[in-house]
Parts: sequence; structure tokens; C-alpha cells
Amino acid sequence: MSIESSIGTLAQDDEAAELKQSTLKAIIGATMTLVGLVLLWEMLVRQFQVPSWLLPAPSLIWQSMLEWRSELVEHSLVTLYETLMGYALAIAISVPLAVAVVYSPLLQNTIYPILLALQSMPKVAIAPLLALWIGFGALPKIVVVFLVCFFPIIVATTSGLTAVPTSLMDLIRSLSASQLQTFVKIRFPTAMPHIFVGLKIAITFAVIGAVIGEFVGSENGLGYLILISTSQSRTPLAFGALVLLTVMSIVLYYAVALIERIAVPWAPRN
Amino acid sequence: MTLAIKANEFVTLVGPSGCGKSTLLKVIGALIRPSRGKLSFDGVPLVSPTREVGIVFQEPVLLEWRTVLDNVLLPAEILGLDRARARIRAMDLIKLVGLAGFEQRFPRQLSGGMQQRAALCRALIHNPSVLLMDEPFAALDAMTREELGFELLRIWDTDKKTVIFVTHNITEAILLADRVVAMTPRPGRIARIIDIALARPRTIEMEFSTAFKSYSDQIREVIYHGASRA
Repeated sequence: MSIESSIGTLAQDDEAAELKQSTLKAIIGATMTLVGLVLLWEMLVRQFQVPSWLLPAPSLIWQSMLEWRSELVEHSLVTLYETLMGYALAIAISVPLAVAVVYSPLLQNTIYPILLALQSMPKVAIAPLLALWIGFGALPKIVVVFLVCFFPIIVATTSGLTAVPTSLMDLIRSLSASQLQTFVKIRFPTAMPHIFVGLKIAITFAVIGAVIGEFVGSENGLGYLILISTSQSRTPLAFGALVLLTVMSIVLYYAVALIERIAVPWAPRN
Repeated sequence: MTLAIKANEFVTLVGPSGCGKSTLLKVIGALIRPSRGKLSFDGVPLVSPTREVGIVFQEPVLLEWRTVLDNVLLPAEILGLDRARARIRAMDLIKLVGLAGFEQRFPRQLSGGMQQRAALCRALIHNPSVLLMDEPFAALDAMTREELGFELLRIWDTDKKTVIFVTHNITEAILLADRVVAMTPRPGRIARIIDIALARPRTIEMEFSTAFKSYSDQIREVIYHGASRA
């Protein structure tokens, strides 16, 4: 048995090392491609003397980001706040709602079609109405973020909660387990990897939602900064804001992925 | 047709796919209501699941987020058994099936055969008097399957239980059983019940005896040509 066990460990270590190496390769590859593209951009802009209000060179974008750094930080924090609040609100509402939908056929038949209809509405079209109803503060943006996030989370949670194998349900039933036991010990842990799929999709939408909200009517946030700077032909600053939005989105995605690794170590990794 | 299963008897249900073997097993476990007929346990009609039953399925269906030990302990938790005593029994069972040293491993770190051994421990943890097995070795390779069959007999020998074992493998059905229940397809019926008079402990050599061949001929006859001709 000890031989078998050490072989098992050996195979795992091998696998882990291989995974680390392939991850490293992927990171190096992505970085090299990105650096190459930025260099190409810089070269082409200089070569053809493209005016900076049309397409600024990366170096110019960087300069303007340094110049406007305090404004950029300030507006980033506003957008980040709206994003996180809307995302948290979406989780707080979607997960319990999914549980209710799974346990109640009535809700399944009544709420689900409404959710689908709501999801089919373009959020860009709802945003002006939200501004009309709840004004120009942070709240309408938070609501837009919520609207773009809640659907992937609720769908993923619902499918996760119903993903328990039939035979396992039979086993639990043969032990006359209570609904609560079944939920806590079987259903919810089974759903966790599915929920995180929804959470990861939702976080990539979240930042977009905040920017849509800011486009419609706002006095701060990176979306607002992009609108203002393009209208004043400060294109490098608009690009700077765009870079920050992208970075924010990527960082948030990996933060969720990291939480997943800690909370759901048994989830399949890709 | 009445099927009366005695305490501590090893009964196998054998028949082609779609003959309702698994359904019959679920009826016995009181997981589904029979459309007709009655089920009783110790003379008392059985309408809802009883804790006197342990179940093993074709797939191990272990919980991926639990270690082997915690998976084995799941029924004990649900039934609210004494934790310390359940733990001792779990460790004994894990040792009995040859998984000692793997208690803290997660299911994904085990082979299919090892996972099924853990599932067997889980079915036995609350010391049920009846063990229902639904093609438990069908997903395993032939060698592991044979090995686990004999191991099951060894465990059954040390810790006697009534075993009802569904399979579509005729050899497995004869080798394990005191009695083989042969079923016919569409409509799924119990066609014949055959007593297996082979000595115990069973050995692999018995597969080549004339008695064994005659049992398997009888079962094939029933399964392929129906009860009337057998």
C-alpha cells in the first residue's frame, strides 16, 4: 500500500510541475505578443504621423496617464465602487433567488420567464430610464451593474443546484435526510463550481455595466472621463481611461478566480 | 410471483438491459412505489425508506469535496449517529476494504476501483441489515471487477448482511449468489429463481465446473427464451 501511495503522490507532483510550466509558458507568450503589438502601434503611428487626437501613440498615452494620474485614480475608484456594489448586490439577490426557484416549481414557472424577458432587454436602453427614475448619483450605475450581472449568476446557480446525480439523491433519500441536510451537505457544495462559472462571467460584464451607466449621465467615473476627454479632443487621456478599465476588469476577474481556488478547491481547472 | 429473501442471504438479480432490475432494486429500497404488488420487511409493510438499507451504485458518486473518511461518514452524519463510534467503524471498514492509508485522500486522487471500495464503506457505515447493490462493478475493468467480487464475499463473510445484487453479468451472478433471480425483458418479470449449491468460500476455479456451466445454461435459457421454455 505504501508503494501505491507514493506512486500516487509522484504522479501528482509531476502533473503539478507540468501545469506550472505550461502556465508560465502561456504568461510569457501573452506578454510577448502584447509588447510586440504595442511596439508595432508606436512604430506605425510615428511612421505615418497620425495626429494624436485621432490615434495617440502608446508613449503619448503613458505620458498623459502620468500627467492626469490623480484624476485617473479618483475616477477609477468611483467606477470600481459602482462595479463592486452592483456585483455584490447581484450575488446577494441572485443566489437566494436561484435557491427559491429550484425549490419552487411555481416560482420556476412565474419568475423565470420574467427574468428571461428582463435579460433580453438591452441594458443600454434601460440606463436612461434609470437616470430618469433615480437620478445621476452612484445608484443608477449600481443598478445597471446589477442588471448585467444577475442573469449569469442566477442561471449558473440554478443549473448547479440541480446538478446532483440521481443516484446520489437516491442515496440521500434512502437515509431519509431532511431538506436542510440535503441542501447543506449535497446540493450547495455541488453547485459551488457552477456558481463560480456564473460569477466569473458576471464580473467581466460588471465593469462594462458601470461604464454604460456613466455614459448615460454622470459627473465622475472612468466612463465619464472618456466622454469628456473625447469631446475635448484629449484622446490620449480617453485611451488612458480605457487602459485602466481593462486592467480593472482583468484584475477583478483573477480576484474572483483566486477566491474560487480557495473556496472550491475541487472545482475543475482550465 | 413472490420473492422472499431470507436474512443474510446473497441474492443476485440478473437479466438483460431494460428488464427492470434496477427498478426492482429501487422498489426494494422503497425509493419508488410499485405500481402493483406489495413490499414488506420483517413481515411489516414497507412504504418509506428505512435505515436498515445501504446502497451502492454503478458509479461511486462520492462527494468530491470530502476526503474518503468524510465520504464514508456521510450517512452517519445524516442519521445523527455517535460521531466517535462512527469514526471508529469507518476506520475499520476502510481497513477491511483495503483502503487503509487513503482516509485523507480526495476521490479524484483514487482509481475507479478504490472509489467503489470507499462507496461500499459508505453503504455499510450505519450497519444496515440489507445491502442493495446496483451493478456496482459494471463500470470497472474485468480484473478489478473479479477482485472486488471476491472481496465483497470476504466482507460479507465477516459481517453478514442480506445482499441484493443487480448485475447483467451471468458469471458474476452465479459466482456471488446463494440464489439467482433471473428476469426477462419487456415485460420485465421474475422468470426463475435458481438455488446455487456451490460450496463457500467461492473460488475462481468454480467457474469451470460442470455445475457452474449448468447454472449458467439455465439462466441463459430463461433470459433469451423466456420462462416457459426453461
